Amino acid sequence: MSPLSSTPPTLAIVGASYAGVQLAASARDAGFGGRILMFGDEPHLPYQRPPLSKGLLTGKTTVAALALKSADFYREARIEHVPDMRVSHIDPAAHRLTLADGSTLAWDWLALATGARCRALPMPGAGLQGVHALRSLDDALALDEAAHKGKRVCVIGGGFIGLEVAAALAGRGLEVTVVELGSRLLSRAVTPEISRFVASLHAAHGVRVLCNSAVQAIHGHAGKVSAVELESGECLGCDLVVAGIGVVPNDELARAAGIVCANGIVTDALGRTSAPGVLAIGDCAATPNPHAAEPDTPLRLESIQVANDLARAAASLIAGQPQACIAVPWFWSDQYDAKLQMAGLMSPTDDVVVRGDPASGRFSVFCLRDGCIAAVQTVSRPADHMLGRKLVAARTAIAADTLADPDFDPRTLIPR
Amino acid sequence: MPTIHFVLKDGNTRSVDAPIGQSVMEAAILNNVRGIDAECGGCASCATCHVYVDPAYFERLPEPDDMERELLEGVAAERRPTSRLSCQIALVAELDGLVIHVPATQA
Repeated sequence: MSPLSSTPPTLAIVGASYAGVQLAASARDAGFGGRILMFGDEPHLPYQRPPLSKGLLTGKTTVAALALKSADFYREARIEHVPDMRVSHIDPAAHRLTLADGSTLAWDWLALATGARCRALPMPGAGLQGVHALRSLDDALALDEAAHKGKRVCVIGGGFIGLEVAAALAGRGLEVTVVELGSRLLSRAVTPEISRFVASLHAAHGVRVLCNSAVQAIHGHAGKVSAVELESGECLGCDLVVAGIGVVPNDELARAAGIVCANGIVTDALGRTSAPGVLAIGDCAATPNPHAAEPDTPLRLESIQVANDLARAAASLIAGQPQACIAVPWFWSDQYDAKLQMAGLMSPTDDVVVRGDPASGRFSVFCLRDGCIAAVQTVSRPADHMLGRKLVAARTAIAADTLADPDFDPRTLIPR
Repeated sequence: MPTIHFVLKDGNTRSVDAPIGQSVMEAAILNNVRGIDAECGGCASCATCHVYVDPAYFERLPEPDDMERELLEGVAAERRPTSRLSCQIALVAELDGLVIHVPATQA
């Protein structure tokens, strides 16, 4: 994939969040000497997203502390961050892209790090004032401001974003109800044991959690939200609605260019798409994961770790020393004082071993697949999480009854 | 503002002034100090802001809490008696002149 021209190669990155920044930084670190341009559609320097649903809403974090890297970093690494600039078209065959202002750019490598956007609420009333979603810094600031005036909030969706918002707003004294369509919270990501704990945690903080509940409509007065009506007929009076019903990948540029997509832009473990020279990384990318129950199926994982690690793999490719991404997926969520940490990817058919007492607020769930540790999910047991990453990476074999013995020390399983 | 001296992997020292209340990790990130990854952004979830605190200052720090102590079990570089997570060290006036050694790796 060496460029034909004698001029230094250009790496164009569409998207300026974790994946884009990591790719730029790692490509430089690996010795890429060409030009690096990173286009973002927001006015801000790239910023941290996890605090948007956590510390920023609880007042623990300020906007100034959110910068992912300092401005000096981009200068020193010669990364040209272009804010407020959308890419409107890409042409893989011609190795060109077109910007929203009509100008074009020739590239040697193109990385799509376009992320994802909140899935829109499908029901009537979704456009009322007081209905919020949370993805960007501006979303978070708008929600924060609304929460100052709000008293009763209805969170639609019992996933990580919805529950973190619920925890933050309950901590600010708002009356919070979480409405979840499925039979349990966080059902895609965690085991039923963790779901039960999380539900009891929210209940203990005064949050009402309604599972198996579909929203029929959002009602309003004078353009402002006033109630959420459930299919059961129950009406939840509220002055604030936060939707956390998942995201959809921003894969339109890729689709329009004929690049293969399947719930995300399909890539291999080096970030390569179906178009030569075009990479995809971050929340927009669907990549087979060796740690998944179906390791050959492209999987879109929304996590910082996956964004960073696939970006590092893509950078290694650009630098001519390809090293595929094989890292164990991990992610976390902070709700109230509980620290949820997940290593590996659970599957509903895994055997489950619980270590520690959920009632104590500190316990670990080990998921066994084919007799090996496939995932470890912990509540406020970070040592087990760190250990779990190593055990999942090594696909450590262990009998369930051995692991279930409280006197057994799983640290003895660490491969040497 | 307290001054922090970061001793980098290559042996060079990078000195930065940082406001009271800021964490050592935040000071490193905002001043482009290399070798502190902080992938979780300071949530005490990832152990990639691991540092060695110079012994002269180590005793002045409040003890690590249980979460930090547990995470330190999983750091990528060698764990030493002076190992800390820099996101958990908040700057106070008494830490002026703090010397921090950046470890060989975070991942």
